[in-house]
Amino acid sequence: MQGGLERATGEKMVLNFGPQHPATHGTLRIVLELDGESVLKATPHAGYLHTGFEKLGEHLDYNQYIVVTDRMNYLSPLSNNFGYVLAVEQLLDIEVPKRCQYIRILMAELSRVADHLLWLGTAALDLGAFSVFLYSFREREKLYSIFEKTTGARLTTSYTRVGGVLRDLYEGCEEDVRQFVSNFPKALKETHTLLTRNRIWMDRTKGVGPISADDAVSYGLTGPCLRATGVAHDIRKAEPYSSYDEVTFDVPVGTNGDAYDRYLVRMEEMIQSCGIITQVLDNMPDGPVNVEDNKITMPNKSDAYGHIEGLIHHFKVVMDGHGVQPPKGDHYCATESPNGELGFYIVSDGSGTAYRIRIRPPSFFHFQALPHMLEGGMVSDTVAVLGSLNVIAGELDR
Amino acid sequence: MNEEKEVEEQPKPLILQKLEEHHADALLSQDEIRGTIVVVLRKEQAYAVLEYLKTDPELAYTFLVDVTAVDNSQMESELMQFDYARFMVVYQLYSYQGQCRVRVKVPVHENDLNIPSVTGLWRGANWLERETYDMFGINFDGHPDLRRILMPDDFEGHPLQKDYPLRGRGERESFNFDKQNV
Repeated sequence: MQGGLERATGEKMVLNFGPQHPATHGTLRIVLELDGESVLKATPHAGYLHTGFEKLGEHLDYNQYIVVTDRMNYLSPLSNNFGYVLAVEQLLDIEVPKRCQYIRILMAELSRVADHLLWLGTAALDLGAFSVFLYSFREREKLYSIFEKTTGARLTTSYTRVGGVLRDLYEGCEEDVRQFVSNFPKALKETHTLLTRNRIWMDRTKGVGPISADDAVSYGLTGPCLRATGVAHDIRKAEPYSSYDEVTFDVPVGTNGDAYDRYLVRMEEMIQSCGIITQVLDNMPDGPVNVEDNKITMPNKSDAYGHIEGLIHHFKVVMDGHGVQPPKGDHYCATESPNGELGFYIVSDGSGTAYRIRIRPPSFFHFQALPHMLEGGMVSDTVAVLGSLNVIAGELDR
Repeated sequence: MNEEKEVEEQPKPLILQKLEEHHADALLSQDEIRGTIVVVLRKEQAYAVLEYLKTDPELAYTFLVDVTAVDNSQMESELMQFDYARFMVVYQLYSYQGQCRVRVKVPVHENDLNIPSVTGLWRGANWLERETYDMFGINFDGHPDLRRILMPDDFEGHPLQKDYPLRGRGERESFNFDKQNV
């Protein structure tokens, strides 16, 4: 990779990478200025999947917007649901019951594993490792059936509600999750044997797309991409939300900030997530999953059908302008999503609809830093670097 | 009783002490909401204060989390508080050293939408400012490449301004079937 620029002859070629390239996983576009096979300049273009999510937030009520958060990072919708309702709850100054906090952690960590698995499969597939793709999708499928049984949907989960979750875990969920967690490290080891010391994989990723810790901070990288540079920062540790302070886990870090370190950090994070999941299952408290405030959460169906108060509460929560109404003010809430810091900045004017919702997507920053990692390298490394960043177009363009 | 007293007598956060000492004239208001310090700055001194927050070794807000804006034109109370400035540019900063956040807000009047760019301080500001320009029409002086980012280059208007309709402007009127059905 090094020395690419010395071979420059002066003749430039412009290559459009995307918007429809198999390695862009969505619709991204990078304009590459090439000299031979070395990249002189890379210009990323965003916006192909812009759907106006922030504008929609000013017209939907707080619970309706949960549906929109599914569509941001569509590899881990449960983490988005979690991050969004947490922001609204902090704005309302309410805390959900312990059982609900634990269920949310459980789902967030399972979706972190699912997100990393899909990343692993596709990033390896882009570099030609087809078996890894099959292995990781086999494991991911098990997770998706757990999600399906819990939330009723595989992708558009919309599992959380302001002040609780859609419903409690299904019967037998614990066994399903425990079975997954006990088999998973063995399955991941297969991938380790396929990739970690694999000559081709190492040649394609080691020293490719490096970024220093200072540059990573300046570009605003977060999550595995930041930790691969050696900065041991994890919001779950630094600002524990929900009940993350009650579980123990390690924060894996890399040293070189290259594609190989990003791979290793994500692999270790999956193992750490399994540890968190086991602790959560061991200590799962009993009790209600929703806050007992009828102005925020829906009453039981039996109450709604059998008692006049229940019916009134149901009506009030659902009716436009009567449901969840946070007090006037603004709040920024950050959570550690699989990709990095996912932040929601909500401005409330005291009504049932947010005055402004701003989403801080981690992919936006990773895609912005792409030229820094590509320039001076080879054109074939573009796929390796883009794959290692896990840029999700849905949250990039919102 | 004693505990209550102790809470009241808590010393001011370091950042507010230092800002009052070095940039008192730039502060329009200061507050602490849900554990986050919120300061509102005069636009003229905003860049100097942001630079100070980043470079001061004790504060070291080296991570620019977010830049965005809020159109306050439909929020009377906010408008009145800051001399009828329509927009509020909002910076979220984080310090890895102190592990704390600060929210910096800068009121921007509609008749002068220029504000200094912070791309020289944080490289990540580049796209954030482009998005704020794209969505709100705020001009960042000194930005190296102030183009639209999410909307197409030939798009007219700024979609997150409050007077921009949810269903867009222009596109729908050009369809015949729309007129027949309305």
